[in-house]
Amino acid sequence: MLTPSTRTHYHTLLDATVLTAPDAAAPAIIYVQTDTAPSTITRADFRKAIHQYAAALDAQGILPGDLVIVAHTQNLESIYLFWAALLVGAIPSMFPTLTEKLDRAIYMQGLADLVRLSGVKLVLTTDEFAPLLADVGCRVLGSSELITLRDEVPTLETPFMASRSEDEVALLQHSSGTTGLQKGVALSHQAVLNQLASYSAALKLNEQDVIVSWLPLYHDMGLIAGFLLPLVQGIPLVLMSPFDWVQHPALLFRAIHDWQGTLCWLPNFAYNHCARRIRERDLAGLSTASMRLFINCSEPVHPESHQQFLERFAPLGVRPEMLAVSYAMAENTFAVTQTRPGTEPTLDVIDRAALEQTGHAVPVPAGTPDSVVKVGCGPTIYGTKIQVIDSAGQPLPERAVGELVVRSDCMLTEYYRRPDLQPFTEGWYHTGDIGYLAEGEVYVIGRSKDLIINAGKNIFPQDLEAIVNTVPGIHAGRAVVFGVWDEREGTELVAVIAEVDSMDGAARQQVGRSVREAVSKAAGVSLGYVHLVEAGWLIKTSSGKIARNANREKWLRERTPVR
Amino acid sequence: MNDTIVRQSLRTYITREFIRDESYPLTDDEGIITGGLMDSFALAELAVYVEKQFNVYIPDPDLTVAKMDTLNQMVARVLRG
Repeated sequence: MLTPSTRTHYHTLLDATVLTAPDAAAPAIIYVQTDTAPSTITRADFRKAIHQYAAALDAQGILPGDLVIVAHTQNLESIYLFWAALLVGAIPSMFPTLTEKLDRAIYMQGLADLVRLSGVKLVLTTDEFAPLLADVGCRVLGSSELITLRDEVPTLETPFMASRSEDEVALLQHSSGTTGLQKGVALSHQAVLNQLASYSAALKLNEQDVIVSWLPLYHDMGLIAGFLLPLVQGIPLVLMSPFDWVQHPALLFRAIHDWQGTLCWLPNFAYNHCARRIRERDLAGLSTASMRLFINCSEPVHPESHQQFLERFAPLGVRPEMLAVSYAMAENTFAVTQTRPGTEPTLDVIDRAALEQTGHAVPVPAGTPDSVVKVGCGPTIYGTKIQVIDSAGQPLPERAVGELVVRSDCMLTEYYRRPDLQPFTEGWYHTGDIGYLAEGEVYVIGRSKDLIINAGKNIFPQDLEAIVNTVPGIHAGRAVVFGVWDEREGTELVAVIAEVDSMDGAARQQVGRSVREAVSKAAGVSLGYVHLVEAGWLIKTSSGKIARNANREKWLRERTPVR
Repeated sequence: MNDTIVRQSLRTYITREFIRDESYPLTDDEGIITGGLMDSFALAELAVYVEKQFNVYIPDPDLTVAKMDTLNQMVARVLRG
């Protein structure tokens, strides 16, 4: 297996076990779906499929270093296409597909911006979306067209293996911003392999592990932990579509039971989703006894979410020591930290007043009035260092709160073709997250930016404010968007407050409806709260800008409890 | 269990729990998920609610955005039992 000690035997992602191991009959991917029998893809099946697609891409003139976007529904074909692009030496990037909620014109504009700014050579998509994306500015191939091309290409005598060097860009991960100006996090083969080696060691990964994932592959957690890790390490991946899973969450437990899953990554909201939204009969006869770790990652971790999950699934065999935590970001390929396998996450009980007033995490006994509980994210993985700095950039001591900065051997090379964005300051990546270090563990307590994380998805308030400002009836420039933590959902809900002209109830309700619809279509976000107010309600700063936080506080004070 | 009772119950549930505004004038044929009023995640919660409230188990293949996007679709599915 790939570990820090075997790391030098691997040069690029094409040294992945799924491509090189002699046991071709071993399962590589098991794809599960509601109402359809699972498909088991052996390593041999996988190799054959990706070589056929690679030959088709080669015949289409795709060259090493070309950027290929896979904007597909999550299925086996999209997986093959990603690896086929790697085989010819191209740079693949998974991109969210068009959903029924999103506006087609806005989605296409986003993709067109990406094509223009990043020099995309080819977009691979479904038959349904290919005609819609025709004007995106580069070649677009739908599934059937590509299959026709693939079947015309003679089977190769020798397998494809593009010659790429370790430090060349292997793939891009796109930030989940809603504008077209998304940053492509460019990761080299070396960075990804370093991450997989170090992270595998932190997880004590072994050949008996089986990863079960519903995560989208355009997200770092899905792409790295729920996709590249198992394929590179040669352990089975049991995969499902995120769309299928959110509507049918018991599918995850069925998959764990049927395939003896051992590792599963979930954002915090998913613990609540599973605990609250699975019907008892859908769990009948299922066991999670095979599991080693459920890893909470990509949203702030809340102990109540773990508690709910534990209470609901203890009868299936979930135990407290299975609940693990990782702090991760696409810029570090994925994981920065990981709690120790088999050890419950550390709960740090600290004084709220000291935290808010002096910026220190002062420990107090559990149960102390006005204390807060923070969940430890574990130590950093091998090869990754973290520091807490103050606003002047100076390192802070243990338990002092400041910005988390990271440096490692698995960092991004650059934001792809964005020389205007410099990711590093003296070698350190500034995460924008606020936290502290204590007893060798990292604690994350907030963010310096106004970023909202809703169900694992990063949302920039200014993007949504720009959308709301275009809705007829809203005073342009008089809208504010912020996140509101929701205990029941285990995630932040997105709230909009916007000023409107005085109007009757029906007209106002129509504006509210239009706001929800506009945000959904442009950004795929369902708003938790839409609050329309009279002109003059919003608090402005001395320079006339809308003060996001002050308005959030005002709304929280004024709002009448919903229930 | 009849159309009126089921419709009223679902309307109240959706406007209170998901839209978080009980005064929202939800129409019978408005796209609840495609219109951005509720996440597709909520279909799983709706299934739990419908089972508890009406003792109707909606199988997973029927819990999709295409089949459960409007109040009319939801009511019809519940009444089918």
